[in-house]
Amino acid sequence: MKEYLDRTMDIGPYVPEPDDDLIICRCEEITRGEIRKAIHEGMFTMTEVKRYLRTGMGLCQGQTCGRLVKQILEQELSKRITPEAENTARAPMRPIPMSTYGKEVE
Amino acid sequence: MVKHYDLIVVGAGPAGLSAAIKAAECGMQVIVFDENHRPGGQLFKQIHKFFGSKEHKAKIRGIRIGEELLAEAEKAGVEVSLDSIVLGLFNLKGVSVMRNDQIEHFRGDNVIIATGASENVIPFEGWTLPGVIGAGAAQTMMNLHGVMPGKRILMVGSGNVGLVVSFQLLQAGCEVAAVIDAAPRIGGYGVHAAKVARTGVPFLLSHTVVKAEGTDHVTGVVIAQVDDHFRPIPGTEKHFDVDIICMAVGLSPMSQLTRMAGCKMVDNGGAVPEINEYGETSIPGIFVAGDVAGIEEASSAMITGRIAALGAARRGGFLQEEDFQTQYRQCLDSLNQLRQGMFCKLNKGRRDITETDEGYPLSMSLLTKGYMTEEELAAIPTVDSHDCGIHPVIECTQNIPCNPCQEACRFGCISVGENITRLPGVVPGSKCTGCGMCVANCPGQAIFLVNENYEEGFAAVTLPYEFLPVPQKGDQGMALDRSGKPVCDAEVISVKTSKSFDHTMLLTMKIPAEFAGKARFYKPEKEGK
Amino acid sequence: MMRIETHPILETFEKGRLIHFTFDGKDMTGYEGEPIAEALHAAGVMVHRYTTRRHEPRGMFCAIGRCTDCVMVVNGKPNTRTCITPLEEGMVVETQYGNGRKEEAEW
Repeated sequence: MKEYLDRTMDIGPYVPEPDDDLIICRCEEITRGEIRKAIHEGMFTMTEVKRYLRTGMGLCQGQTCGRLVKQILEQELSKRITPEAENTARAPMRPIPMSTYGKEVE
Repeated sequence: MVKHYDLIVVGAGPAGLSAAIKAAECGMQVIVFDENHRPGGQLFKQIHKFFGSKEHKAKIRGIRIGEELLAEAEKAGVEVSLDSIVLGLFNLKGVSVMRNDQIEHFRGDNVIIATGASENVIPFEGWTLPGVIGAGAAQTMMNLHGVMPGKRILMVGSGNVGLVVSFQLLQAGCEVAAVIDAAPRIGGYGVHAAKVARTGVPFLLSHTVVKAEGTDHVTGVVIAQVDDHFRPIPGTEKHFDVDIICMAVGLSPMSQLTRMAGCKMVDNGGAVPEINEYGETSIPGIFVAGDVAGIEEASSAMITGRIAALGAARRGGFLQEEDFQTQYRQCLDSLNQLRQGMFCKLNKGRRDITETDEGYPLSMSLLTKGYMTEEELAAIPTVDSHDCGIHPVIECTQNIPCNPCQEACRFGCISVGENITRLPGVVPGSKCTGCGMCVANCPGQAIFLVNENYEEGFAAVTLPYEFLPVPQKGDQGMALDRSGKPVCDAEVISVKTSKSFDHTMLLTMKIPAEFAGKARFYKPEKEGK
Repeated sequence: MMRIETHPILETFEKGRLIHFTFDGKDMTGYEGEPIAEALHAAGVMVHRYTTRRHEPRGMFCAIGRCTDCVMVVNGKPNTRTCITPLEEGMVVETQYGNGRKEEAEW
């Protein structure tokens, strides 16, 4: 985990690539290029990319794109993303209406 | 109010149900939550016959295994709560569930997480277009709801899921334009590939999707060959008119609940909880079973489910140490049988395996095109005994854990042996009666009955057939070879069905004798039509 | 016709009664209790919604309620996962634009 927090790590400048226009996060419509750019702007963990761009914060809660974002991070940082650096898993696991969330069975 | 159970199981698939049944049999009070409207997980979409041996429920279709599990669960007194979404798992084994538009809280002395896996995806230009779907979606549509996903489909991925779903698409009446894979070798079992290839579906290995075409939905696809770094090679593009692009590019463990609870996670093809031999995570009393701990098959998921239940039962004092050890050993032996062969976890993705355990050369054509050449088949002595008259031809040439053929033959003609990953072979000196039980029971549809001397100048070939319309005796059609290419005219001389075949028909066709070694499929139409 | 009438392994599919619903105002039929998305797919409807940012079409993707790509406005309620919501008599199903109905779209 420590090495992800090493902000002096030099990963070089963002260089555009032909498939940067590909949608990665289908819910929030975030592209590969936006994610790559964010990484080069210093977002080195999945959580940081998420908070910066909203990847994985849409309706599906990152169930579709999580793995793809991780792969892009690994490519750009040339590092394996260990389980600790993945998104935090939080309740609720599935999208639920706020009205339901407030209705607890006595 | 927090409701209390001896054991809470999350997920009513093969692992979760097996765990719940075993735990209930040990005397635990068990509840199983599943977010779906129907229990069984993916089992009710698996309409093919499973591999393994009798104790693994081999040669039984997934759907029937699902029905059996549900009946056993009911008998054991397991409470299965459907439409119940588990929203959270907390470190003191508290479980929050949404059902009936309300939130309920539960606490289990033990919890087994059996949430299975989610499908991987690969992005390409146009992958968000309607018509690009997951393989699971295709199965849901055609096998649960009776709706064809499309008219003409491109399958992306040649693992067992891609192969099995391709065959199911054909059974549902769809056309499969091709099966492609970026890898240089077919990822799934050769027998699964062979049954798709012989219907005429081409396999294109080292190929990837370049783009999906269409404005509002998929109308076509462009694929291209890839180089060693999986980059498309310009100039190798091919176009297919398809209305569906189906992705079967692997699965990832759905381990979020264990992460939420604070279990220690490790990397095993995705983040999975670290577990001991009984499936227990770093938090005592929280166990995992099935794909959550690493992707395997439904057959092994049922066993890891039982093992986790044994662990929970021992922990809760429902099982004495001695009973635990005996039952655990049995489960482990059964599991180890499935974890062997060239496709097991240990050997996954290996490209250096060139021969079988017996020392016979592996078919490279099978691994790249989905079918074997006659020369390759001839090099494997277990395939054909060359006995006179009717006899089985066993085109099972990779070491996979499976042996129903051995039990199917009441006359002891076929032998696999103790180790179920060995290749089946004809027992020397045995006499085939032509009953066809081996043909009907082989989950890989890899056994044929051949009689080179059926009539003067004609041979008879009996093959497993699972398509509609049901061919009738006297029908004239054509025989296809292993690659799906028409080789000669064929006349249907018998179509046998039986309850014990479970919808696998035995179709016998009469063909000119010289094609006895080539003809392996029947197409109910004449060439050129 | 995308319905599988007879199947070599499953034989037939148990269905509810044939009922009517509307899709963007058009009268449609489907079987009671089957997922809305299946009824639409059987009728040849592929596009379920247009996205907020790029206004691109989306349809059924996972078919098990995970990906949420198939959401539509159902009986006035947006973001309804049509692949797991059972079809009912007289349901009003509409293509979703962004987060709501076409009239409410901000483009």
